[in-house]
Amino acid sequence: MISADLNTILPEIILAVYSMAALLLAVYTTKDKMAGLLTWVTAALFLALALWIGFAGQGTTTAFGGMIVDDAYARFAKVVILASAAAVLIMSESYMARRDLLRFEYPLLIALAVVGMMVMVAAGDLMALYMGLELQSLALYVVASLRRDSAKSTEAGLKYFVLGALSSGLLLYGASLTYGYAGTTLFSGIIEATSDGVSLGLLFGLVFLMAGFAFKVSAAPFHMWTPDVYEGAPTPVTAFFATAPKMAAMGLFARVVHDAFGGSVGDWQQIVAFLSVASMFIGGIAAIGQTDIKRLMAYSSIAHMGFALMGLAAGTAFGVQAMLIYMAIYIAMNVGTFAFIISMEKDGRPVTDIASLNMYSKAEPGKALAMLVLLFSLAGVPPMLGFFGKFYVLRAAVEGGLIWLAIAGVVASVIGAFYYLRIVYYMYFGKDQDEALDRNGSPVLWTFLMGSAVVMLVGVVNLFGVEPIAEAAALALAN
Amino acid sequence: METILLFAPLVGAIIAGFGWKMIGEHAAQWVATGLLFLSALLSWIVFLTFDGTTEHVEILRWIQSGTLDTSWGIRMDRLTAIMLIVITTVSALVHLYSFGYMAHDENFKEGEHYKARFFAYLSFFTFAMLMLVTADNLVQMFFGWEGVGVASYLLIGFYYKKPTANAAAIKAFVVNRVGDFGFALGIFAIFFLVDSIKLDDVFAAAPELAQTQITFLWAEWNAANLIGILLFIGAMGKSAQLILHTWLPDAMEGPTPVSALIHAATMVTAGVFLVCRMSPIYEFAPDAQSFIVFLGATTAFFAATVGLVQNDIKRVIAYSTCSQLGYMFVAAGVGVYSVAMFHLLTHAFFKAMLFLGAGSVIHGMHHEQDMRNYGGLRHKLPKTFWAMMIGTLAITGVGIPLTGWIGFAGFASKDAVIESAYVGSAGGYAFWLLVVAALFTSFYSWRLMFMTFWGKPRGDKHTHEHAHESPNVMLIPLGVLAIGAIFAGAVWYSSFFGKTNEVVKFFGGKYGEPTAELVEAVAERSPKASELHYVMESAPGEAGIYIAPENTVLHEAHYVPTWVKLSPFIAMLIGLATAYQMYIRRPDLPAKLAENQRPLYLFLLNKWYFDELYDLVFVRPAKSIGRFLWKRGDGNVIDGGINGLALGIVPFFTRLAGRWQSGYVFTYAFAMVIGIALILTYVTITGGVE
Repeated sequence: MISADLNTILPEIILAVYSMAALLLAVYTTKDKMAGLLTWVTAALFLALALWIGFAGQGTTTAFGGMIVDDAYARFAKVVILASAAAVLIMSESYMARRDLLRFEYPLLIALAVVGMMVMVAAGDLMALYMGLELQSLALYVVASLRRDSAKSTEAGLKYFVLGALSSGLLLYGASLTYGYAGTTLFSGIIEATSDGVSLGLLFGLVFLMAGFAFKVSAAPFHMWTPDVYEGAPTPVTAFFATAPKMAAMGLFARVVHDAFGGSVGDWQQIVAFLSVASMFIGGIAAIGQTDIKRLMAYSSIAHMGFALMGLAAGTAFGVQAMLIYMAIYIAMNVGTFAFIISMEKDGRPVTDIASLNMYSKAEPGKALAMLVLLFSLAGVPPMLGFFGKFYVLRAAVEGGLIWLAIAGVVASVIGAFYYLRIVYYMYFGKDQDEALDRNGSPVLWTFLMGSAVVMLVGVVNLFGVEPIAEAAALALAN
Repeated sequence: METILLFAPLVGAIIAGFGWKMIGEHAAQWVATGLLFLSALLSWIVFLTFDGTTEHVEILRWIQSGTLDTSWGIRMDRLTAIMLIVITTVSALVHLYSFGYMAHDENFKEGEHYKARFFAYLSFFTFAMLMLVTADNLVQMFFGWEGVGVASYLLIGFYYKKPTANAAAIKAFVVNRVGDFGFALGIFAIFFLVDSIKLDDVFAAAPELAQTQITFLWAEWNAANLIGILLFIGAMGKSAQLILHTWLPDAMEGPTPVSALIHAATMVTAGVFLVCRMSPIYEFAPDAQSFIVFLGATTAFFAATVGLVQNDIKRVIAYSTCSQLGYMFVAAGVGVYSVAMFHLLTHAFFKAMLFLGAGSVIHGMHHEQDMRNYGGLRHKLPKTFWAMMIGTLAITGVGIPLTGWIGFAGFASKDAVIESAYVGSAGGYAFWLLVVAALFTSFYSWRLMFMTFWGKPRGDKHTHEHAHESPNVMLIPLGVLAIGAIFAGAVWYSSFFGKTNEVVKFFGGKYGEPTAELVEAVAERSPKASELHYVMESAPGEAGIYIAPENTVLHEAHYVPTWVKLSPFIAMLIGLATAYQMYIRRPDLPAKLAENQRPLYLFLLNKWYFDELYDLVFVRPAKSIGRFLWKRGDGNVIDGGINGLALGIVPFFTRLAGRWQSGYVFTYAFAMVIGIALILTYVTITGGVE
């Protein structure tokens, strides 16, 4: 019996064991000199696991008495997490190396965070959930303050830690309320307990849980750490924050509301809708005032999480499918965009000022064009892929009866289009400036940027077959 | 053959329009003209060898949507064949003429290329017009209808540097839109009722339509009448009938060959063609017919009165065209479609010739168009003078009275119209207006001749000294058209206005014996016409035109009283005599008359104040509504709203969000706590209290 249980979480075990073994190995041998190698090995392991999970996994199995669930939904989320983490690791290698930030702990902390995320999306129990969440969070706190000699980086890490602790407290409080009123921490037990209505105590528990999740997905009004942390952390770390953990937290969010509280959609639907609309508008409006592209991307991700939550708010299987498609597209866009931001340098030093992009199209027309495609996609301009993501969630909201939310989403996306297009404006019609960005040609970053841009255009054909997979995943969750 | 004939002008238009840079401007002109002469040759072959049976040539499948199944096809019958020769002949001659007329245009600078464009437009127009007349279904006809509208717009505004030309082009387009709206509604009504837009299906359903009632706007209508009137509204726009006529005089801003081709011979007759084409419907729509007769007669009279006092040589002919179109509509309205087509055919020849002759005068006089500055030109432009003379004899209807057909083209056809009108309107309104219009026609036509070619040279001396005869490329078309203007009436008299059996046979129908009651009824109505031997027997749509068996106007028109037959001739003589008196013997008389009858003179000079009225009723209110929507609606409300939102409200919130993002952890934690408090409150109030 225990072997079957272990077999279910074999990928997580492999990754965890690998991290600890590599840690020991590096400590006792060449330490940071191994970091480059470890980065590549970790990325390769991520990809191998992604392929394994993606192709080998079948059906729904539970382990450890229901604490861990392995279903199509979990696998979808895990593959996205692993693939995006691998992409970010590969992108960060040269950047970190040149700034003397490439410590051997970096890839291993990422690996541990990924283990946590995989547990999060596969959790079938509040305790497993919390274990995964904390494993992920603790690793990320450290990674955020990786640049120890920078005040900004350490400030970011500290802020993230303090607020993260607060959110964990809220979440734990919610978990204990839930346990108190439902008498169990298993999702399958909670859904049984709520079959004849949700008591107020249980509802309070749910609200606190959702506050904790909202913090992790950085949905308003629990978003305020995001801009500061995004700005302060080293850019590759920011790229990581913007991709894999978002998928994990969103996956967790959907897992809990559907698996544990799927019987009482009406009770949480309005709360998710509120989080959604608040995120979309705050993300859109606050981003307009930003001059730093990393802060801007922080608000951008807040707004995007609002849209993803719109799919979730529909409370239907199609809504979950829309959310999954939205997240997959969002991550694909962000990988490309951050590949570009990582490559932004002036005299060898990283710059994140939007004004430095003035007339970028003259200096590097190819990259500027790719960035244009990505920004249009982020803004949701057809025929880029970003439009279809928005289209899915809007459709889910309309079909779920939340027409007001869909209208608000459209309005918010208009506001949001402004700041994306402003970057395009700078790149193509801005003022001429003397100090242009360096023309560094990191082939890895270039490949990610161009690849992502091409995906945004070509993906229109059939979304690379994501749609049926997301549908299967959504059906596994919400039924 | 039909296909080649049809698409040759299109090929010419494409080559001349897009390919002239490759093959040179001169070659492009020749290609377009050559293809049109080919087209004209084929048209004559088709016309002369045509045996009368209706043929359908399918070119391609076009629209298939629900029950709408439309092919792009050619409907080949006598009506089409007549239009083919009219269009291609006049068009080919106008192409040739344009070589001379457009050679040195002062509206364009030295070195500017405009000739190929002109020829491309002309050829494109011809193609669209051919599409219109060969259409096998109403949508295809509408395509041609709009195509000629576009070509007309482009050609009226050909001198795009002249503001007046642009204004005239827009006016023509907009006024035609009004008519086209009616036409489109008519097509919709037909599709709604018949569930098909194929002409054959529509014609077959015509008797049924006459029995159908339909509610439209606020009233209950007979379906056939409603469709008839709606289609006629389209015809009114295209054929410049009263109410929608205002664009035609202004269209004279275009180059003169354009006026000859489009605004005299072909496009403006499309409305007449439409009514004749839809004759199976109109035969079942008596109210629509009455409406057509009334409006046609009124237009004929109105336009003739305005033509009396115009001074611009082209405008006189333009009003004359408007008036002659009224004649055609009267003929179609009283049910003698063959006579309408007859007048259409002869008119095409003599009116195109008058326009081209006027163009020759204008060309010779260095683009002077005011007749008050002409005079005594018959010695300077002898060939043009004789061409214009023939045209004038034709339009005024000179011939040997009571023979019916021995005379110039206009004599045969116009007298046929007037005699039919006498029968059709029971000797009333339409007949008298047409006779008076014939008088006026004679007067203004001779006035034009006398002012231009007789008397002493007036105006700029220098211009008169340098007045010169036009080159041969311009004179040859005049000669060819002169043949038509002289003989077209006599040659085809019996085909269009002969005995009923001859006409029916010519249009490809079957004729048979009338019923005894019908013979009795006719004999009672007009005793002289008691010998009714034949009526049309074909079903609606089988032949080129449809004449209901009860419709004996064609027969009875031959037996009108002698005074009726003489009346147009007498009217012509009076008009000639008056013009002679006023412009040859007493040239001071017109000025005095204008002085004495000042209000009447101004009323006519200002075209019955139609333009002013429209300006007041439609143009100005539309402009002020437009200005209101632009300044207030668009500028203040929409722009203001968006700008206020984008420049005021959103940035305000942006600043607010920036201030909240203080950088202090406690602020952030506070926001989280506020958020959770809000949600809990909401949950407590709404959800959890059951």
